[in-house]
Amino acid sequence: MTVKYTEDHEWIRVDGAIGTVGITDHAQEQLGDVVFVELPETGSTVAKGDAAGVVESVKAASEIYAPVSGEIVEVNAALVDAPQTVNAEPTGAGWFFKIRLSDPGELDGLMDEDAYKAHAGD
Amino acid sequence: MTESQDLKTTPLTALHQRLGAKMVPFAGYLMPVQFPLGVLGEHRHTRAKAGLFDVSHMGQLRVDGADAAARFETLVPGDIAGLGEGRTRYTQFTNADGGILDDLMVTNAGDHLFVVVNAACKEADTALLRATFGAELTELADRALLALQGPSAAAVLATLAPEAAEMTFMTFRTMDVAGIPCFVTRSGYTGEDGYEISVPADRAEALAEKLLAHPEVEPIGLGARDSLRLEAGLCLYGHDIDTTTSPIEAALTWSIGKRRREQGGFPGAARIQDEIANGTSRRRVGLKPEGRAPAREGTEITDLDGRPIGKVTSGGFGPTVDGPVAMGYVETAFAAEGTEVRLVVRGKPLPARVAKLPFVAPGYKR
Repeated sequence: MTVKYTEDHEWIRVDGAIGTVGITDHAQEQLGDVVFVELPETGSTVAKGDAAGVVESVKAASEIYAPVSGEIVEVNAALVDAPQTVNAEPTGAGWFFKIRLSDPGELDGLMDEDAYKAHAGD
Repeated sequence: MTESQDLKTTPLTALHQRLGAKMVPFAGYLMPVQFPLGVLGEHRHTRAKAGLFDVSHMGQLRVDGADAAARFETLVPGDIAGLGEGRTRYTQFTNADGGILDDLMVTNAGDHLFVVVNAACKEADTALLRATFGAELTELADRALLALQGPSAAAVLATLAPEAAEMTFMTFRTMDVAGIPCFVTRSGYTGEDGYEISVPADRAEALAEKLLAHPEVEPIGLGARDSLRLEAGLCLYGHDIDTTTSPIEAALTWSIGKRRREQGGFPGAARIQDEIANGTSRRRVGLKPEGRAPAREGTEITDLDGRPIGKVTSGGFGPTVDGPVAMGYVETAFAAEGTEVRLVVRGKPLPARVAKLPFVAPGYKR
C-alpha cells in the first residue's frame, strides 16, 4: 500500500487499482472546524486536478481536487451528517472518496510523506 | 511572518499569543482569529456562558463642546441631541448620496460624547470628525476595548464591578472595574447580553486576565465574533453596508428617530427621506438555505426562474442555528419573509428562503 500527497494537501492511499482520498491533518488544522462536506457522485469520472468535492469550515470553503484521474467508485456518505469527522480523523474515518485509477503512473508525480512534510512546513 | 512587521498590535497581543491564538491580519492589526477552543467551540461558549473579545482595534473618540450633540447630527441620521445622559445609540456616518461611510456607537457621557467606530474606517472617521469638531475631538488612542459577551457576562462582571449589574441594554457608566477606571456600556456585537469595557491601555492585560480567571469566561477570536454577529443579524461594515448602500436599503430605518426623519439635516437626507416615504428598490434581508451548504459573501441570489435578484453580503455556518445562515440584498418584491429564492453556490441553484433577522433570539437586558 502506497500513500502519496498533493500540493493542495490531499492524501491518496492506493491499494491495488483503488485509491482512497482525503485531506491531510495539516489541511484540517488550517481549515478549522469542518461544518460541511460535498462529495462527488459515485460512478462519475474525474481527471487529475479536477474539483471533486468541497470541504467548508466556519471560516472558508475549499475544493478537494482529484489527486489522480479515474472513476469514483465509493464516497464516504457518513461525512455529510458528521463533517467534524474530517477534523477528528482526517487520514482515517474522515476519508472523502475512493477512485479507480485510470493511470497509475500519475502517482509518480505526487509527493511521498517526507516531501509532503517539507511542503506543509511541519 | 514578514507581513506581521507592518501590522499594529493591541495592548492584548502578547496575552493572545500566550493563550495560543492563531493570529491574522485584520484592518491593519494583528488579531486573534481563533484560540485553541476553535471557532465552533468559542461561538457556542459565548452563547452558553461568556466570551471575552479584544476589540481594541476599534477607534475610541471623545467629542467635547456645549453643542456637540447638535453638531454631531450634521454627520449622522441618528437622534443624538435626544440621547439622554448615560445612554448609547447606534447610527451611521452618511455621505451626500445617502451611502454609509461607517456605522458607529455614540454615547452621551454627560459632559462629552463617547464614540466607537470601526477599525478599518477610523482614520477616515477621525478626519471627518476633525473637520467638524477641530480641537474638541480627542482620539482615545491610549485606551483598549474589551467586550464581555454572553448570558454569564453580568454575573462575571458583577464580581469586579457590582454596579454593572444595575445597567440596562445600551446604557453607559464610568466605573472602577477591579479597581481600574473604565467606561462601561451594556452593549455588544453578538446578540447576547454583555458589556464593552474601555480601559486604559496599560491596565488592559491585567483586567483581561482577571476576567479570564473566571471559569465561565473563554477568550474568543474574530472567527466566532463574525458567526455570532451574523446569527444576530448585525451588519459588518464593508460587507453588508458600505458607501453604495443607504441605511434604508440596509433595513436600518429603526436607527433614525422620528425628528431626524422629518427634519433631515444630515448628509444624504434628501435620498434617505425619499426612501423612507417611497421605499427602495432593494433591501437587506436574512437568508436561510434549506440544505447544509453555506452560501458565502458574493453568492448570487436568483428568483425561481434563475433571474438574478441580488447578492449575499455575509454568509456562512451558524453554529447555534446548526446550519447555514446568510444575509444579502434582494429586489424589494422578494424581501418578504418566507419568499423562496435560489442561491447559486458553485454553479448550482440551491433552495433558500428569506428569513426573519435575527436568526437567534437576542439576550439583551432591556
